[in-house]
Amino acid sequence: MTLTAPDPRALADDEIAALRRDFPILATEVNGHPLAYLDTAATSQRPEVVMDAEREFVETQNAAVHRGAHWLAGLATERFEDARESIASFLGAATDEVVWTSGATAAANLLAYAMGDAAPGSRFALGPGDEIVATEAEHHANLIPWQELARRTGATFRYIPVDDRGALDLSRLDEVVTPRTRVLAVAHVSNVLGTIAPVAELVAAAHRVGAVVVLDACQSAPHLPIDVATLGVDFLFFSGHKLHGPNGVGVLWGRRELLADLPPFLTGGSMITTVTMERAEFLAPPQRFEAGTQPVSQAIALASAVDYLRTVGMDRIAAHEHALGADMVARLSAIDGVTVIAAESGAPRTGIAAFTVDGIHAHDVGQFLDDRGIAVRVGHHCAQPLHRRFGVTATTRASVALHTTRDEIDRLVAGVADAVAFFGRA
Amino acid sequence: MTSELEQLYQEVILDHSKRPHGRGLLGGTAASSHQVNTTCGDEVTFELHLDADGRIADGRWEGHGCAISQASASLLSVVVPGLEPAELRERIDGFRTALRSRGAIVPDEDLVGDAAALAGVARYPARVKCAMLAWVAAEDALVKAG
Repeated sequence: MTLTAPDPRALADDEIAALRRDFPILATEVNGHPLAYLDTAATSQRPEVVMDAEREFVETQNAAVHRGAHWLAGLATERFEDARESIASFLGAATDEVVWTSGATAAANLLAYAMGDAAPGSRFALGPGDEIVATEAEHHANLIPWQELARRTGATFRYIPVDDRGALDLSRLDEVVTPRTRVLAVAHVSNVLGTIAPVAELVAAAHRVGAVVVLDACQSAPHLPIDVATLGVDFLFFSGHKLHGPNGVGVLWGRRELLADLPPFLTGGSMITTVTMERAEFLAPPQRFEAGTQPVSQAIALASAVDYLRTVGMDRIAAHEHALGADMVARLSAIDGVTVIAAESGAPRTGIAAFTVDGIHAHDVGQFLDDRGIAVRVGHHCAQPLHRRFGVTATTRASVALHTTRDEIDRLVAGVADAVAFFGRA
Repeated sequence: MTSELEQLYQEVILDHSKRPHGRGLLGGTAASSHQVNTTCGDEVTFELHLDADGRIADGRWEGHGCAISQASASLLSVVVPGLEPAELRERIDGFRTALRSRGAIVPDEDLVGDAAALAGVARYPARVKCAMLAWVAAEDALVKAG
């Protein structure tokens, strides 16, 4: 039962079968069942080319980048900067607007700490009377850094609420985003609900009052075509490990003129021009924000992941995952006792569904599915306020990737239905 | 279904999770402790009611969470009445050792009663915290009781 019209761009079954062979881990068996990996929103699996790219670099090109004059150092630096260019092209950005970080959390904290250290009079300087706005749907990584920035600077933290259907409540947007607002931080795609935020409307509201928009793209960059100019945001970040790349690497993108106005967060080697015993002068972005040794092999592997996704086609990946996601939400919702959060939010969505089962805790649902080789996430998914909003402490979350098949969704739906029967028996 | 999962969710465990024993706090002079499993948000508050001789008269609890954590709290409340604090301490230690043994040690039914049915949890290291939640609360309540 597919409730959505087939999208001609969606991946065909034979294409998915071929793609799956690129991911060695998908051949894993759990308790005699083929692994159905439906936890990409937590961490994604890596295609062989990504692992090969990292290994090849380490085996043949590894050296310290941006220092050292030997041949190998030059080659490593070139590969590292080529990787930056791949990311920039993926985002529709300029290469010098791409900052490597150790992950998405590091990127959000880099921004929050740099803003908190902005010189008085700077466009980023914050103090009492200024306001920082996030949303009730944020992952803790795009929430706590802003709460803490407000606390450190004396600014006020506010948030856009989520309505009963699970959509961002924009009905009183002009009361939350006001001339006092300096920063608006929002997730492009909710890591719990899978809903896509109305970015254009939020950007318009923020820019009307002179605020900058920070977009958490962790759950969008791997799954939707991204173009920073079209999005109109000011900063954007995502992690490598959710984009079929390695752990320990992430990306912060910022508009060139905005990055230029930000002071560094971490200081030390590789981010300076002149250092005396009294003070230091800093390099221009992006190096200003890349103190110390960088995750070089991981960055090169992440660029390889980006190339892999682009070869498949981001629009085709999005169409495939949207179709699977819509099917998953409809069929899970049809099971008696199952409630998919934000199933009827009205917002467009990706391939994520978080659900509750009447009388059965998420841990028990997850354990039952795990027994059949179906890997899902249970808990609050680093979004406690959003769970509290719906009066639950934990949900079961299934999330798809480009390699997810309809058969895996069938197994999920059957597994949840059987879990309802099993735990309901006593 | 694997036999491991059947062991984990035995009838007695599902029964206790659905029709719990000892649920509902009484307050008063009880020594009590509230414990949270930070990985999933499960919570249990466990109360120990001591009689005039310092013996445990009753164990009461309140909480929410998975079948394992709730059944375990219920099963513990059956174990505690009549025990000396030192005896309960010993039983909590033995139960913890068994659950952390990955199946090498089976909980002693003479000491922990039907809670021995939670032996299957030992095969699932991620769930040991769920099964221990009420027991850790009781252990902490013992400390508070002096």
